[in-house]
Amino acid sequence: MPEIKWLIDASYFIAAVLFILGLKKMSSPVTARKGIVWAGMGMVLATVVTFLTPGVSASFMPADNLVLMAIAIAIGGSIAWISGKKVAMTDMPQMVAIYNGMGGGAAAGIAAVEFARGYMYGTVLFTLATLGALIGSISFSGSCVAFAKLQGLMNKAFRLPAQNVVNAILALVTLGLGATIVWLGQGVSSDPIYNLAHGAGSAVPAWLLISFFICALALGAIVTLPIGGADMPVVISLFNAFTGLAVGFEGYVMGNPALIIAGIVVGAAGTLLTQLMAKAMNRPITNILFQPISGEAQAGGTIEGTMKEVSALDAAAMMRYASKVIIIPGYGMAVAGAQHKVWEMTQNLENAGVDVKFAIHPVAGRMPGHMNVLLAEAGVPYDKIFDLEEINADFNQTDVVLIIGANDVVNPVARTDKSSPIYGMPILNADYASNVIVVKRGKGAGYSGIENALFYMDNCRMLYGSAQKVAADVIQNLKTME
Amino acid sequence: MEGFISAYIFMLAAFTGYEVISRVPVILHTPLMSGSNFVHGVVLVGAMVALGNAGTPLEKTIGFVAVLLGAANAAGGYVVTERMLGMFKNEKKGN
Repeated sequence: MPEIKWLIDASYFIAAVLFILGLKKMSSPVTARKGIVWAGMGMVLATVVTFLTPGVSASFMPADNLVLMAIAIAIGGSIAWISGKKVAMTDMPQMVAIYNGMGGGAAAGIAAVEFARGYMYGTVLFTLATLGALIGSISFSGSCVAFAKLQGLMNKAFRLPAQNVVNAILALVTLGLGATIVWLGQGVSSDPIYNLAHGAGSAVPAWLLISFFICALALGAIVTLPIGGADMPVVISLFNAFTGLAVGFEGYVMGNPALIIAGIVVGAAGTLLTQLMAKAMNRPITNILFQPISGEAQAGGTIEGTMKEVSALDAAAMMRYASKVIIIPGYGMAVAGAQHKVWEMTQNLENAGVDVKFAIHPVAGRMPGHMNVLLAEAGVPYDKIFDLEEINADFNQTDVVLIIGANDVVNPVARTDKSSPIYGMPILNADYASNVIVVKRGKGAGYSGIENALFYMDNCRMLYGSAQKVAADVIQNLKTME
Repeated sequence: MEGFISAYIFMLAAFTGYEVISRVPVILHTPLMSGSNFVHGVVLVGAMVALGNAGTPLEKTIGFVAVLLGAANAAGGYVVTERMLGMFKNEKKGN
């Protein structure tokens, strides 16, 4: 049926165009929403026409495969759709991780089916199928670990003795197994009848394939395990690029240009995005993978001095009678769900004539831009939110800086202490302000486990309590001052 | 030549991806990561073809799982991205 073939090819082409246009639109805030809708239309189109593919459609192959397909799409699609609708904005990063991992798993699954069928031939195809299977498997297991860690299912950083050596050995073994698969498999003929007659379809023994997949999965998990939560967004982004590449490679194996284009575009875009994120954190991607920050081991020198406490009443008065206040929100605020209260407090201050701004560190929240999304959700207008470069010069003319749930991103040791693991990371210069109030749940160290020198400074006061409660107390006290 | 056409597609797609993403404001990094995560959900299509061609029960099982995972990638990726970007609309109104 040449017409159907033409229809399918044309649809894949249109889908690929829609994906690229969609991504392009997503890279500007004004058109971003349209972008995802365009890409979504491309996806629906590509999925629907695939049901008509010769070999997929019922006229060619047993109909039960079509039924299986519909069931799988219904189950996978609806579970993901519902979980995606329900999830809180704070938990977005791990959802992106798990959906991405599933994509990687699907790419590895395609390779597994092709290996099992034994119709694949040639060095190039076998190499790409094996590479796709490797990268997809790593992305799958790595993303699952990332999800578990961010979701709080796995709290401790887990580090093997001689972690890098173990990683290297496992990587070499996996590559060796992969190379053997290609070596044994490439001789398989393009003629299925020849293969049947010579049993060439099974040129690659099952145990080899199984050990290859197990090693690849183990590799993804073991590389991700020691990585701390603060670095996780970069790793998720890296796995996102990996899945893209895996999809592109399997697209080549399946002879499907839509997969090739979408996969490689995402692979390249994801790689660039990973670099941008790593740069924003001043942590080269190689450091993140091979020298994860482990707080206790290299927390740098201990800091002399004491932390000074302040009451909600005093804090309210300081801000009420200030002329300029900058609020630095961190992930802790979002976890406490306090952004609505903080916005209410901000409105109270503004009514009293105080100039209030929000300062966002590039890695506030768990991913670059995550905090902007969380504040937007609470209704904070866009023009009150400033990023690091825009606002850092303002701190020395600011009366009060209120830090809520942020820690490492305001730690001045990043500027001063060369032995600190966060040395060189760009920080918000909160310590330059006349007064700093830090809202904190307890006296512990930050997310990365590093002591914060700011807390011990003379101009800094600690306001203990959950962000939600503190904001509510401050609002109460502000009302008494009207 | 056939093989080289694919190589050209690879190369041009890689440049396209790089170009499309460069010069993106930091605030869009997360939504964009999520959006690109959705786009590679097209792996669903490949998984469907693989399942369609599957013969033995083993192949069908793997194919079924692959389609399920691919569908979850596409559906989940869409919903999450759409929700995040939906908030940028509110921000614009707030301006």
